[in-house]
Amino acid sequence: METAALPAVASFRDVYRAELESIRAGGLFKEERFIHDPQGAEIEVEFPAGAPPRKVLNLCANNYLGLSSHPRVVAAAHAGLDRRGYGMSSVRFICGTQDIHRTLEGRLTEFLGTEDTILFSSCLDANGGVFEALFGEKDVLIADRLVHASIVDGMRLCKAMTDTYKHSDMAHLEEKLLEHADKRFRVVITDGVFSMDGDLARLDEIVALAGRHGALTFVDDSHATGFIGRTGRGTPEHFGVLGKVDLVTTTFGKALGGASGGCVSGRRELVTMCRQRARPYLFSNTLASVIVSGTLEVLDLVSETTQRRDRLEENTRFWRKGLVEAGFDVKAGESPIVPVMLYDAKLAQELARDLFDEGVYVVGFFFPVVAKGQARIRTQLSAAHTREQLERALAAFVKVGRRHDVLGKTKAELLARCGL
Amino acid sequence: MDDLRGTILDYVRKEYLEEDDDRPLTETTRLISGGIVDSFSMVSLKRFLERKYDVKIPYADASPEAFDTVASIAALVERLAAVRA
Repeated sequence: METAALPAVASFRDVYRAELESIRAGGLFKEERFIHDPQGAEIEVEFPAGAPPRKVLNLCANNYLGLSSHPRVVAAAHAGLDRRGYGMSSVRFICGTQDIHRTLEGRLTEFLGTEDTILFSSCLDANGGVFEALFGEKDVLIADRLVHASIVDGMRLCKAMTDTYKHSDMAHLEEKLLEHADKRFRVVITDGVFSMDGDLARLDEIVALAGRHGALTFVDDSHATGFIGRTGRGTPEHFGVLGKVDLVTTTFGKALGGASGGCVSGRRELVTMCRQRARPYLFSNTLASVIVSGTLEVLDLVSETTQRRDRLEENTRFWRKGLVEAGFDVKAGESPIVPVMLYDAKLAQELARDLFDEGVYVVGFFFPVVAKGQARIRTQLSAAHTREQLERALAAFVKVGRRHDVLGKTKAELLARCGL
Repeated sequence: MDDLRGTILDYVRKEYLEEDDDRPLTETTRLISGGIVDSFSMVSLKRFLERKYDVKIPYADASPEAFDTVASIAALVERLAAVRA
Protein backbone atom coordinates (compact mmCIF):
# COMPACT_ATOMS: atom_id res chain seq x y z
CA MET A 1 0.00 0.00 0.00
CA GLU A 2 2.83 2.38 0.91
CA THR A 3 4.57 1.91 -2.41
CA ALA A 4 1.31 2.56 -4.25
CA ALA A 5 0.92 5.95 -2.54
CA LEU A 6 4.33 7.27 -3.64
CA PRO A 7 3.63 7.92 -7.34
CA ALA A 8 0.53 9.97 -6.42
CA VAL A 9 2.60 12.24 -4.16
CA ALA A 10 5.22 12.71 -6.85
CA SER A 11 2.49 13.42 -9.34
CA PHE A 12 0.83 16.22 -7.36
CA ARG A 13 4.20 17.91 -6.90
CA ASP A 14 4.85 17.69 -10.63
CA VAL A 15 1.42 19.11 -11.42
CA TYR A 16 1.77 22.14 -9.14
CA ARG A 17 5.42 22.77 -10.01
CA ALA A 18 4.48 22.89 -13.69
CA GLU A 19 1.54 25.18 -12.96
CA LEU A 20 3.67 27.51 -10.83
CA GLU A 21 6.30 27.55 -13.55
CA SER A 22 3.71 28.57 -16.10
CA ILE A 23 2.53 31.39 -13.80
CA ARG A 24 6.15 32.57 -13.53
CA ALA A 25 6.72 32.25 -17.27
CA GLY A 26 3.63 34.38 -17.89
CA GLY A 27 5.01 37.11 -15.64
CA LEU A 28 2.04 36.67 -13.30
CA PHE A 29 3.80 35.35 -10.19
CA LYS A 30 3.04 37.41 -7.08
CA GLU A 31 5.76 38.00 -4.53
CA GLU A 32 5.49 39.47 -1.06
CA ARG A 33 7.64 42.34 0.09
CA PHE A 34 8.59 42.41 3.76
CA ILE A 35 7.84 45.63 5.66
CA HIS A 36 9.94 46.24 8.76
CA ASP A 37 7.95 48.96 10.49
CA PRO A 38 4.31 49.98 11.12
CA GLN A 39 2.07 50.80 8.16
CA GLY A 40 2.39 54.41 7.01
CA ALA A 41 3.01 56.88 4.19
CA GLU A 42 6.71 56.03 4.17
CA ILE A 43 7.81 52.54 5.14
CA GLU A 44 10.92 50.36 5.33
CA VAL A 45 10.69 47.55 2.82
CA GLU A 46 12.89 44.51 2.28
CA PHE A 47 12.74 43.57 -1.37
CA PRO A 48 13.84 41.29 -2.80
CA ALA A 49 13.94 38.96 0.20
CA GLY A 50 17.27 39.30 1.95
CA ALA A 51 18.01 42.79 0.61
CA PRO A 52 18.63 45.52 3.20
CA PRO A 53 15.35 47.31 4.01
CA ARG A 54 14.96 50.72 2.40
CA LYS A 55 12.60 53.64 2.92
CA VAL A 56 9.98 54.00 0.20
CA LEU A 57 6.83 56.04 -0.23
CA ASN A 58 3.78 53.85 0.05
CA LEU A 59 1.15 54.44 -2.62
CA CYS A 60 -0.53 51.05 -2.53
CA ALA A 61 -2.07 50.76 0.94
CA ASN A 62 -5.77 50.97 1.79
CA ASN A 63 -4.70 53.23 4.65
CA TYR A 64 -6.92 56.01 3.31
CA LEU A 65 -7.22 58.00 6.53
CA GLY A 66 -3.73 57.23 7.80
CA LEU A 67 -5.13 55.58 10.93
CA SER A 68 -3.41 52.19 10.68
CA SER A 69 -0.75 53.19 13.18
CA HIS A 70 -2.42 56.19 14.81
CA PRO A 71 -1.27 56.50 18.45
CA ARG A 72 -4.84 56.70 19.78
CA VAL A 73 -5.87 53.58 17.88
CA VAL A 74 -2.79 51.68 19.04
CA ALA A 75 -3.39 52.80 22.64
CA ALA A 76 -7.04 51.77 22.48
CA ALA A 77 -6.07 48.38 21.10
CA HIS A 78 -3.54 47.96 23.94
CA ALA A 79 -6.18 48.91 26.50
CA GLY A 80 -8.64 46.47 24.91
CA LEU A 81 -6.05 43.74 25.12
CA ASP A 82 -5.51 44.46 28.82
CA ARG A 83 -9.21 44.68 29.68
CA ARG A 84 -10.77 42.01 27.48
CA GLY A 85 -7.87 39.64 26.80
CA TYR A 86 -6.36 38.27 23.62
CA GLY A 87 -8.75 35.62 22.35
CA MET A 88 -12.29 34.38 22.99
CA SER A 89 -11.77 30.80 21.85
CA SER A 90 -15.33 30.69 20.62
CA VAL A 91 -17.76 31.71 17.94
CA ARG A 92 -20.14 34.54 18.80
CA PHE A 93 -23.22 32.52 19.73
CA ILE A 94 -21.51 30.07 22.08
CA CYS A 95 -19.34 32.17 24.39
CA GLY A 96 -17.62 34.62 22.06
CA THR A 97 -19.69 37.78 22.48
CA GLN A 98 -18.35 40.48 24.78
CA ASP A 99 -20.12 43.71 25.64
CA ILE A 100 -17.78 45.58 23.29
CA HIS A 101 -18.88 43.49 20.30
CA ARG A 102 -22.42 44.72 20.75
CA THR A 103 -21.15 48.25 21.44
CA LEU A 104 -19.26 48.26 18.15
CA GLU A 105 -22.31 46.94 16.30
CA GLY A 106 -24.34 49.79 17.76
CA ARG A 107 -21.73 52.39 16.86
CA LEU A 108 -21.51 51.12 13.29
CA THR A 109 -25.30 51.16 12.94
CA GLU A 110 -25.32 54.78 14.04
CA PHE A 111 -22.38 55.72 11.81
CA LEU A 112 -23.70 53.98 8.70
CA GLY A 113 -27.24 55.23 9.25
CA THR A 114 -28.76 51.76 9.18
CA GLU A 115 -31.04 49.73 11.49
CA ASP A 116 -28.69 47.04 12.80
CA THR A 117 -25.21 45.56 12.28
CA ILE A 118 -23.51 42.20 12.65
CA LEU A 119 -19.73 41.81 12.85
CA PHE A 120 -17.68 39.35 10.81
CA SER A 121 -13.99 38.49 10.89
CA SER A 122 -13.60 40.24 7.55
CA CYS A 123 -15.71 41.80 4.84
CA LEU A 124 -14.79 38.82 2.71
CA ASP A 125 -16.57 36.70 5.33
CA ALA A 126 -19.51 39.11 5.40
CA ASN A 127 -19.86 38.91 1.62
CA GLY A 128 -19.30 35.18 1.73
CA GLY A 129 -22.12 34.63 4.19
CA VAL A 130 -24.78 37.23 3.59
CA PHE A 131 -26.34 36.00 0.33
CA GLU A 132 -26.59 32.35 1.27
CA ALA A 133 -28.15 33.31 4.61
CA LEU A 134 -30.85 35.50 3.11
CA PHE A 135 -31.71 34.39 -0.40
CA GLY A 136 -32.68 31.18 -2.14
CA GLU A 137 -34.03 29.55 -5.25
CA LYS A 138 -36.99 31.92 -5.54
CA ASP A 139 -34.70 34.97 -5.70
CA VAL A 140 -32.27 36.53 -8.16
CA LEU A 141 -29.01 38.35 -7.42
CA ILE A 142 -28.21 40.96 -10.07
CA ALA A 143 -24.64 42.22 -9.75
CA ASP A 144 -22.60 44.90 -11.47
CA ARG A 145 -20.00 43.09 -13.59
CA LEU A 146 -17.10 44.67 -11.70
CA VAL A 147 -18.07 43.78 -8.13
CA HIS A 148 -15.37 42.52 -5.78
CA ALA A 149 -14.27 38.89 -5.91
CA SER A 150 -15.67 38.21 -2.42
CA ILE A 151 -19.16 39.13 -3.64
CA VAL A 152 -18.73 36.77 -6.56
CA ASP A 153 -17.74 34.02 -4.12
CA GLY A 154 -20.70 34.81 -1.85
CA MET A 155 -23.09 34.68 -4.79
CA ARG A 156 -21.67 31.32 -5.84
CA LEU A 157 -22.47 29.91 -2.40
CA CYS A 158 -26.10 31.05 -2.65
CA LYS A 159 -28.85 29.02 -4.32
CA ALA A 160 -30.49 32.11 -5.82
CA MET A 161 -30.36 32.68 -9.55
CA THR A 162 -27.51 35.01 -10.52
CA ASP A 163 -27.27 37.58 -13.27
CA THR A 164 -25.14 40.61 -14.02
CA TYR A 165 -25.48 44.04 -15.57
CA LYS A 166 -22.90 46.00 -17.52
CA HIS A 167 -20.73 48.14 -15.30
CA SER A 168 -22.76 51.12 -14.01
CA ASP A 169 -25.20 50.76 -16.93
CA MET A 170 -28.58 51.75 -15.51
CA ALA A 171 -30.51 50.93 -18.69
CA HIS A 172 -29.08 47.43 -18.66
CA LEU A 173 -29.87 47.08 -14.96
CA GLU A 174 -33.47 48.06 -15.61
CA GLU A 175 -33.69 45.43 -18.37
CA LYS A 176 -32.56 42.86 -15.84
CA LEU A 177 -35.05 44.01 -13.23
CA LEU A 178 -37.83 43.61 -15.79
CA GLU A 179 -36.51 40.28 -17.03
CA HIS A 180 -36.55 38.85 -13.51
CA ALA A 181 -39.86 40.35 -12.43
CA ASP A 182 -41.13 36.83 -11.69
CA LYS A 183 -38.71 36.37 -8.82
CA ARG A 184 -39.62 36.76 -5.12
CA PHE A 185 -36.73 39.10 -4.35
CA ARG A 186 -34.50 40.84 -6.88
CA VAL A 187 -31.32 42.07 -5.25
CA VAL A 188 -29.21 44.71 -6.97
CA ILE A 189 -25.60 44.26 -5.93
CA THR A 190 -22.80 46.77 -6.35
CA ASP A 191 -19.57 48.01 -4.85
CA GLY A 192 -19.81 51.58 -3.53
CA VAL A 193 -16.37 52.39 -4.91
CA PHE A 194 -15.00 49.89 -7.41
CA SER A 195 -11.68 48.68 -6.12
CA MET A 196 -9.80 48.38 -9.39
CA ASP A 197 -11.18 51.38 -11.32
CA GLY A 198 -11.80 53.69 -8.37
CA ASP A 199 -15.11 54.96 -9.75
CA LEU A 200 -18.25 55.34 -7.64
CA ALA A 201 -21.43 53.35 -8.25
CA ARG A 202 -24.37 55.52 -9.36
CA LEU A 203 -26.01 54.74 -6.07
CA ASP A 204 -28.74 57.40 -6.16
CA GLU A 205 -29.92 56.02 -9.50
CA ILE A 206 -29.59 52.41 -8.35
CA VAL A 207 -31.67 53.06 -5.22
CA ALA A 208 -34.31 54.93 -7.24
CA LEU A 209 -34.45 52.22 -9.88
CA ALA A 210 -34.64 49.43 -7.31
CA GLY A 211 -37.36 51.36 -5.50
CA ARG A 212 -39.46 51.67 -8.67
CA HIS A 213 -39.17 47.94 -9.30
CA GLY A 214 -39.56 46.81 -5.71
CA ALA A 215 -36.03 45.37 -5.61
CA LEU A 216 -33.57 45.25 -2.72
CA THR A 217 -30.19 46.98 -2.79
CA PHE A 218 -26.80 45.77 -1.57
CA VAL A 219 -23.62 47.86 -1.44
CA ASP A 220 -20.11 46.80 -0.47
CA ASP A 221 -18.67 50.08 0.77
CA SER A 222 -15.25 48.81 1.79
CA HIS A 223 -13.39 51.39 -0.30
CA ALA A 224 -15.64 54.23 0.93
CA THR A 225 -16.49 53.89 4.61
CA GLY A 226 -14.75 56.55 6.65
CA PHE A 227 -13.98 59.01 3.85
CA ILE A 228 -16.50 59.12 0.99
CA GLY A 229 -19.40 61.47 1.74
CA ARG A 230 -19.26 64.78 3.56
CA THR A 231 -18.75 63.13 6.95
CA GLY A 232 -17.24 59.89 5.71
CA ARG A 233 -20.32 57.71 6.00
CA GLY A 234 -19.70 56.24 2.59
CA THR A 235 -21.35 56.24 -0.82
CA PRO A 236 -24.91 56.32 0.61
CA GLU A 237 -24.06 59.67 2.21
CA HIS A 238 -22.30 60.93 -0.92
CA PHE A 239 -25.37 60.20 -3.04
CA GLY A 240 -27.96 61.31 -0.47
CA VAL A 241 -29.40 57.83 0.12
CA LEU A 242 -28.25 57.23 3.69
CA GLY A 243 -30.63 54.74 5.30
CA LYS A 244 -32.12 53.75 1.94
CA VAL A 245 -29.77 50.91 1.05
CA ASP A 246 -31.10 47.60 2.36
CA LEU A 247 -27.75 45.92 2.94
CA VAL A 248 -24.32 47.49 3.37
CA THR A 249 -21.16 45.49 3.90
CA THR A 250 -17.88 47.11 4.79
CA THR A 251 -14.46 46.44 6.24
CA PHE A 252 -12.38 47.74 9.13
CA GLY A 253 -9.33 46.58 7.18
CA LYS A 254 -8.97 49.70 5.09
CA ALA A 255 -9.75 53.26 6.26
CA LEU A 256 -11.04 52.18 9.67
CA GLY A 257 -7.67 51.26 11.15
CA GLY A 258 -6.72 48.67 8.59
CA ALA A 259 -6.39 45.64 10.86
CA SER A 260 -9.23 43.29 9.94
CA GLY A 261 -12.90 42.72 10.52
CA GLY A 262 -16.03 43.65 8.66
CA CYS A 263 -19.78 43.75 8.97
CA VAL A 264 -23.19 43.48 7.40
CA SER A 265 -25.33 46.49 8.26
CA GLY A 266 -28.85 47.21 7.13
CA ARG A 267 -32.48 46.28 7.63
CA ARG A 268 -33.06 44.81 11.09
CA GLU A 269 -34.71 41.59 9.93
CA LEU A 270 -31.99 40.89 7.40
CA VAL A 271 -29.24 41.42 9.96
CA THR A 272 -31.04 39.25 12.51
CA MET A 273 -31.38 36.51 9.91
CA CYS A 274 -27.63 36.71 9.27
CA ARG A 275 -27.14 36.13 13.01
CA GLN A 276 -29.14 32.92 12.66
CA ARG A 277 -27.89 31.64 9.33
CA ALA A 278 -24.65 33.24 8.08
CA ARG A 279 -22.10 30.47 8.10
CA PRO A 280 -18.92 32.56 8.61
CA TYR A 281 -20.65 34.06 11.68
CA LEU A 282 -21.82 30.68 12.98
CA PHE A 283 -18.71 28.64 12.28
CA SER A 284 -15.78 31.04 12.62
CA ASN A 285 -14.25 32.70 15.64
CA THR A 286 -15.47 35.99 16.99
CA LEU A 287 -13.69 39.20 15.99
CA ALA A 288 -10.75 39.61 18.38
CA SER A 289 -11.35 42.07 21.21
CA VAL A 290 -8.20 43.98 20.39
CA ILE A 291 -9.60 44.77 16.91
CA VAL A 292 -12.99 45.70 18.36
CA SER A 293 -11.32 48.12 20.79
CA GLY A 294 -9.19 49.70 18.06
CA THR A 295 -12.15 50.08 15.70
CA LEU A 296 -14.23 51.79 18.39
CA GLU A 297 -11.46 54.36 18.76
CA VAL A 298 -11.32 54.81 14.98
CA LEU A 299 -15.04 55.57 14.94
CA ASP A 300 -14.44 58.21 17.63
CA LEU A 301 -11.66 59.72 15.53
CA VAL A 302 -13.66 59.88 12.29
CA SER A 303 -16.71 61.24 14.12
CA GLU A 304 -14.78 64.05 15.83
CA THR A 305 -13.55 65.80 12.69
CA THR A 306 -13.59 65.55 8.91
CA GLN A 307 -10.06 66.89 8.73
CA ARG A 308 -8.54 63.60 7.58
CA ARG A 309 -11.05 62.85 4.84
CA ASP A 310 -10.78 66.47 3.68
CA ARG A 311 -7.00 66.11 3.48
CA LEU A 312 -7.43 62.88 1.57
CA GLU A 313 -9.63 64.67 -0.96
CA GLU A 314 -7.01 67.39 -1.41
CA ASN A 315 -4.25 64.80 -1.85
CA THR A 316 -6.35 62.92 -4.40
CA ARG A 317 -7.00 66.07 -6.43
CA PHE A 318 -3.31 67.01 -6.40
CA TRP A 319 -2.16 63.50 -7.37
CA ARG A 320 -4.72 62.95 -10.11
CA LYS A 321 -4.04 66.37 -11.66
CA GLY A 322 -0.27 65.80 -11.53
CA LEU A 323 -0.48 62.44 -13.28
CA VAL A 324 -2.85 63.69 -15.99
CA GLU A 325 -0.73 66.79 -16.66
CA ALA A 326 2.36 64.60 -16.92
CA GLY A 327 0.65 62.64 -19.69
CA PHE A 328 -0.31 59.41 -17.93
CA ASP A 329 -3.48 57.59 -18.97
CA VAL A 330 -5.49 57.82 -15.72
CA LYS A 331 -8.95 56.36 -15.15
CA ALA A 332 -11.43 59.13 -14.45
CA GLY A 333 -12.93 59.20 -10.98
CA GLU A 334 -13.07 60.99 -7.68
CA SER A 335 -12.00 58.38 -5.13
CA PRO A 336 -8.46 58.05 -3.74
CA ILE A 337 -7.98 55.00 -5.96
CA VAL A 338 -6.19 56.41 -9.00
CA PRO A 339 -5.36 53.75 -11.61
CA VAL A 340 -2.57 54.48 -14.06
CA MET A 341 -3.47 52.50 -17.18
CA LEU A 342 -0.72 50.61 -18.99
CA TYR A 343 -2.86 47.76 -20.45
CA ASP A 344 0.06 45.34 -20.75
CA ALA A 345 0.92 43.16 -17.70
CA LYS A 346 4.65 43.12 -18.39
CA LEU A 347 4.80 46.88 -18.81
CA ALA A 348 2.86 47.41 -15.56
CA GLN A 349 5.29 45.17 -13.71
CA GLU A 350 8.34 46.87 -15.21
CA LEU A 351 7.08 50.30 -14.23
CA ALA A 352 6.27 49.13 -10.70
CA ARG A 353 9.75 47.62 -10.37
CA ASP A 354 11.46 50.79 -11.62
CA LEU A 355 9.32 52.96 -9.38
CA PHE A 356 10.39 50.88 -6.40
CA ASP A 357 14.01 51.54 -7.37
CA GLU A 358 13.09 55.24 -7.38
CA GLY A 359 11.67 54.94 -3.85
CA VAL A 360 7.95 54.58 -4.64
CA TYR A 361 6.08 51.43 -3.65
CA VAL A 362 3.28 50.61 -6.09
CA VAL A 363 2.05 47.34 -7.55
CA GLY A 364 1.09 46.33 -11.07
CA PHE A 365 -2.36 44.75 -11.38
CA PHE A 366 -3.17 42.41 -14.23
CA PHE A 367 -5.25 39.37 -15.15
CA PRO A 368 -6.93 37.68 -13.32
CA VAL A 369 -7.30 40.62 -10.89
CA VAL A 370 -8.40 42.83 -13.81
CA ALA A 371 -9.54 41.85 -17.31
CA LYS A 372 -6.97 40.86 -19.90
CA GLY A 373 -5.50 43.92 -21.65
CA GLN A 374 -6.44 46.16 -18.73
CA ALA A 375 -3.19 46.01 -16.73
CA ARG A 376 -2.47 49.00 -14.58
CA ILE A 377 -0.68 50.42 -11.59
CA ARG A 378 -3.26 51.18 -8.93
CA THR A 379 -2.14 54.12 -6.85
CA GLN A 380 -3.91 54.86 -3.59
CA LEU A 381 -3.78 58.07 -1.66
CA SER A 382 -3.74 58.53 2.09
CA ALA A 383 -4.47 61.45 4.37
CA ALA A 384 -1.06 60.67 5.85
CA HIS A 385 0.76 61.65 2.65
CA THR A 386 2.38 65.06 2.82
CA ARG A 387 2.51 67.37 -0.20
CA GLU A 388 6.29 66.95 -0.29
CA GLN A 389 5.94 63.16 -0.43
CA LEU A 390 3.43 63.34 -3.26
CA GLU A 391 5.63 65.74 -5.22
CA ARG A 392 8.51 63.31 -4.78
CA ALA A 393 6.34 60.37 -5.93
CA LEU A 394 5.11 62.36 -8.92
CA ALA A 395 8.67 63.17 -9.98
CA ALA A 396 9.51 59.47 -9.79
CA PHE A 397 6.46 58.58 -11.90
CA VAL A 398 7.43 61.13 -14.53
CA LYS A 399 11.03 59.89 -14.63
CA VAL A 400 10.00 56.24 -14.99
CA GLY A 401 7.13 57.04 -17.35
CA ARG A 402 9.54 58.90 -19.61
CA ARG A 403 12.01 56.02 -19.50
CA HIS A 404 9.30 53.62 -20.68
CA ASP A 405 7.90 56.14 -23.16
CA VAL A 406 4.34 55.95 -21.85
CA LEU A 407 3.71 59.67 -21.30
CA GLY A 408 1.14 61.19 -23.65
CA LYS A 409 0.41 57.81 -25.23
CA THR A 410 -3.12 56.70 -26.02
CA LYS A 411 -4.55 53.31 -25.14
CA ALA A 412 -4.18 52.19 -28.77
CA GLU A 413 -0.54 53.28 -28.86
CA LEU A 414 0.26 51.47 -25.62
CA LEU A 415 -1.54 48.32 -26.77
CA ALA A 416 0.17 48.39 -30.17
CA ARG A 417 3.58 48.49 -28.51
CA CYS A 418 2.96 45.22 -26.73
CA GLY A 419 1.33 43.58 -29.74
CA LEU A 420 -2.21 43.55 -28.36
CA MET B 1 -34.35 28.71 -36.51
CA ASP B 2 -33.53 31.18 -39.28
CA ASP B 3 -30.02 32.49 -38.80
CA LEU B 4 -29.72 30.97 -35.36
CA ARG B 5 -26.01 31.69 -35.20
CA GLY B 6 -26.44 35.30 -36.29
CA THR B 7 -29.13 35.86 -33.66
CA ILE B 8 -26.93 34.44 -30.91
CA LEU B 9 -23.95 36.47 -32.12
CA ASP B 10 -26.04 39.64 -32.02
CA TYR B 11 -27.29 38.86 -28.53
CA VAL B 12 -23.79 38.13 -27.22
CA ARG B 13 -22.45 41.32 -28.77
CA LYS B 14 -25.22 43.46 -27.28
CA GLU B 15 -25.39 41.75 -23.91
CA TYR B 16 -21.78 41.10 -23.07
CA LEU B 17 -19.53 43.52 -24.92
CA GLU B 18 -19.11 47.12 -23.87
CA GLU B 19 -19.66 49.77 -26.52
CA ASP B 20 -15.94 50.44 -26.86
CA ASP B 21 -15.06 46.75 -26.99
CA ASP B 22 -13.94 46.12 -30.53
CA ARG B 23 -12.86 42.50 -30.09
CA PRO B 24 -13.80 40.47 -33.16
CA LEU B 25 -16.61 38.06 -32.41
CA THR B 26 -17.22 34.97 -34.56
CA GLU B 27 -19.01 31.66 -34.19
CA THR B 28 -15.85 30.10 -32.81
CA THR B 29 -14.75 32.88 -30.44
CA ARG B 30 -14.30 31.45 -26.95
CA LEU B 31 -16.95 33.13 -24.83
CA ILE B 32 -16.48 31.62 -21.38
CA SER B 33 -12.89 30.39 -21.49
CA GLY B 34 -12.06 33.64 -23.34
CA GLY B 35 -13.44 35.79 -20.53
CA ILE B 36 -16.30 37.39 -22.51
CA VAL B 37 -19.13 35.66 -20.63
CA ASP B 38 -18.81 34.59 -17.00
CA SER B 39 -20.78 31.82 -15.35
CA PHE B 40 -23.11 34.33 -13.64
CA SER B 41 -23.95 36.11 -16.86
CA MET B 42 -24.68 32.85 -18.67
CA VAL B 43 -28.13 32.82 -17.09
CA SER B 44 -29.40 35.65 -19.27
CA LEU B 45 -28.18 33.90 -22.42
CA LYS B 46 -29.85 30.67 -21.32
CA ARG B 47 -33.13 32.45 -20.62
CA PHE B 48 -32.93 34.32 -23.93
CA LEU B 49 -32.48 31.08 -25.87
CA GLU B 50 -35.30 29.34 -24.01
CA ARG B 51 -37.73 32.15 -24.75
CA LYS B 52 -36.66 32.83 -28.30
CA TYR B 53 -36.57 29.19 -29.45
CA ASP B 54 -39.15 27.72 -27.10
CA VAL B 55 -36.80 25.13 -25.68
CA LYS B 56 -35.97 24.13 -22.12
CA ILE B 57 -32.23 23.87 -21.55
CA PRO B 58 -31.62 21.46 -18.65
CA TYR B 59 -28.97 22.67 -16.18
CA ALA B 60 -26.88 19.61 -17.00
CA ASP B 61 -26.71 20.79 -20.61
CA ALA B 62 -25.98 24.42 -19.76
CA SER B 63 -22.32 23.69 -19.10
CA PRO B 64 -19.49 26.18 -19.65
CA GLU B 65 -18.26 23.88 -22.44
CA ALA B 66 -21.63 23.87 -24.22
CA PHE B 67 -21.87 27.65 -23.91
CA ASP B 68 -18.27 28.36 -24.88
CA THR B 69 -18.84 29.28 -28.52
CA VAL B 70 -21.78 30.48 -30.57
CA ALA B 71 -21.36 27.35 -32.70
CA SER B 72 -21.65 25.00 -29.69
CA ILE B 73 -24.62 26.96 -28.31
CA ALA B 74 -26.38 26.76 -31.68
CA ALA B 75 -25.71 23.01 -31.85
CA LEU B 76 -27.24 22.60 -28.39
CA VAL B 77 -30.34 24.60 -29.29
CA GLU B 78 -30.76 22.68 -32.55
CA ARG B 79 -30.48 19.36 -30.71
CA LEU B 80 -33.03 20.37 -28.08
CA ALA B 81 -35.40 21.73 -30.71
CA ALA B 82 -35.15 18.49 -32.69
CA VAL B 83 -35.96 16.46 -29.56
CA ARG B 84 -38.95 18.68 -28.87
CA ALA B 85 -40.18 18.32 -32.48
